[in-house]
Amino acid sequence: MLTIDRVGKVYPNGVRALDGVNIEVGPGEVVVVVGGSGCGKSTLLRAICGLDAPTQGRVVLDNVEITAPQEKIGIIFQEPRLLPWLTVADNVAFGIAHLPRAEREARVARVLERVGLADKAGVWPRELSGGQAQRVAIARALVPRPEVLLLDEPFSALDAFTRADLQEHVLALWSDLKPTLIMVTHDVDEAVVLADRIVVMRPRPGRIMTEIDADLPRPRDRQSAAFDFVKRRVLAALDRSLERNTVTDDGQTKTEAGAALWW
Amino acid sequence: MSLAQMTVTAEPEATEQGKRWAGLGRATRLGLGILLPLVLAAGWELAVHLGWSNGRLVPPPSVVFATFVELWRAGELQRHIAVTTGRVAAGFAIGVIAGTFVGAIAGYSALVRRLIDPTMQALRSIPSIAWVPIFILWFGIFEASKITLIAVGVFFPVYLGVMGAIMSVDRKLVEVGRAFRLSPAAMMRRILLPAVLPHYVIAIRSGLGLGWMFVVAAELLGASEGLGFLLVDGQQLGKPAQIVAAIVAFAIIGKISDWIVVIATAPFLRWEDRARGAEA
Ligand SMILES: Nc1ncnc2c1ncn2[C@@H]1O[C@H](COP(=O)(O)OP(=O)(O)OP(=O)(O)O)[C@@H](O)[C@H]1O
Ligand SMILES: [Mg+2]
Repeated sequence: MLTIDRVGKVYPNGVRALDGVNIEVGPGEVVVVVGGSGCGKSTLLRAICGLDAPTQGRVVLDNVEITAPQEKIGIIFQEPRLLPWLTVADNVAFGIAHLPRAEREARVARVLERVGLADKAGVWPRELSGGQAQRVAIARALVPRPEVLLLDEPFSALDAFTRADLQEHVLALWSDLKPTLIMVTHDVDEAVVLADRIVVMRPRPGRIMTEIDADLPRPRDRQSAAFDFVKRRVLAALDRSLERNTVTDDGQTKTEAGAALWW
Repeated sequence: MSLAQMTVTAEPEATEQGKRWAGLGRATRLGLGILLPLVLAAGWELAVHLGWSNGRLVPPPSVVFATFVELWRAGELQRHIAVTTGRVAAGFAIGVIAGTFVGAIAGYSALVRRLIDPTMQALRSIPSIAWVPIFILWFGIFEASKITLIAVGVFFPVYLGVMGAIMSVDRKLVEVGRAFRLSPAAMMRRILLPAVLPHYVIAIRSGLGLGWMFVVAAELLGASEGLGFLLVDGQQLGKPAQIVAAIVAFAIIGKISDWIVVIATAPFLRWEDRARGAEA
């Protein structure tokens, strides 16, 4: 159980990036965080994984307060951040250097197989495409078997096809190990495809506006009415979070167009 | 310092021409590079032969070559080269180790940097020759003072290069290390040092160049063997051919030593994603 307890963050320059954020995330749950640019989503993830300490409140994982990076929590950044001087296999093995060699190699081979890059084990990162590099980054974060995996807009730099493909990869990997996933995205479709629950944030200061249940059966059909319904609710909430009161009873399409402009 | 800076800045500039000349074979490029010295040498040789100059103060290539061969036959040249190379090697080793260590710590810790960097910068601006008298007083007139002088020369470019490179390592890669809970030592070994390796190679090449400069300074000011001694000896006995032969020997072993560094480090830099192609 991951508890984010009244977390606030004031940067040294006086920006109130987060204020009183409370979220409870159960084991194996997939929570997707959406919200306008600058409403503190990255700040929240960095506080959860212990890279930056919050200035108020605390983050507790399994009754242990998190103050520094933990083995139980993995993070995937917006860029792959592969180490250019290591091969793909060595990059993936970066976080499990303490394991015996045989175990290490077996785990790396398995996860590379799983993300479809078994043939790339020996190449340098510079020889990968953007999507392949991000798959390696996912493999690297997963191979230490974290209980909680944080993803900060991991696919935002990729094209729509690659993005859909990587969403499938993430879901497949998630169903293997069932880690808790917390993901930030700007893509409402992506949120509804992946999430059990969608947290909508609002800016200045960053806080939670509402939570939307997205408990649809998996695998999800992007064309289904239920999918569309959740998506509209998220878009409407996003629109409200930006404090532009365009939502009216007959304004469903207008809402969607309004929010779509933002995303 | 000028020589060091030249080596550093000359590197990335090769991109455009590098592309254009890449089509030519390695041998052709080498031939092009050697063309100018060959033409100059042949011209001077001709001028002396035609009696336009007596070639006494500026000996023609044939005389220099003859002197070179003569010194080599007698085993003199090898002995002097060995002594000088030994001094450079010892000073270089000490300078590189010290420069790497101090530079890495100063790059890593802002506190250490604030403490020592101003002093380092002040020491760095002292002209090399100024050290000679005090080193002779401290370490005597034999090897120790010479090797110390060379080590000092090598130390500064390595220190500066390592410190600057470590300070400029991408924060995002450092964060990867933090996310995987690396200790400071592991952060240094697994993230910072590999990340700075390309800069490091340039820094130690600059250091090596300065090492060769400082060995001349050391040997000019009192030595009984070494290429620098050969220079002074040639001046005192009025043998310009011997001076030029020693200069040529410096050029050759200097280039060879630089080459050895490049070739020895190349396997560690294969990952580099660089715009410029392979250039010799
Ligand atoms: N290191 C920092 N120092 C000072 N202020 C910061 C820092 N990082 C972020 N901020 C500020 O905190 C606020 C929240 O930033 P954050 O990066 O968390 O937003 P975000 O929701 O991730 O935005 P985006 O969707 O654009 O990535 C912003 O107003 C930003 O300007
Ligand atoms: Mg962000």
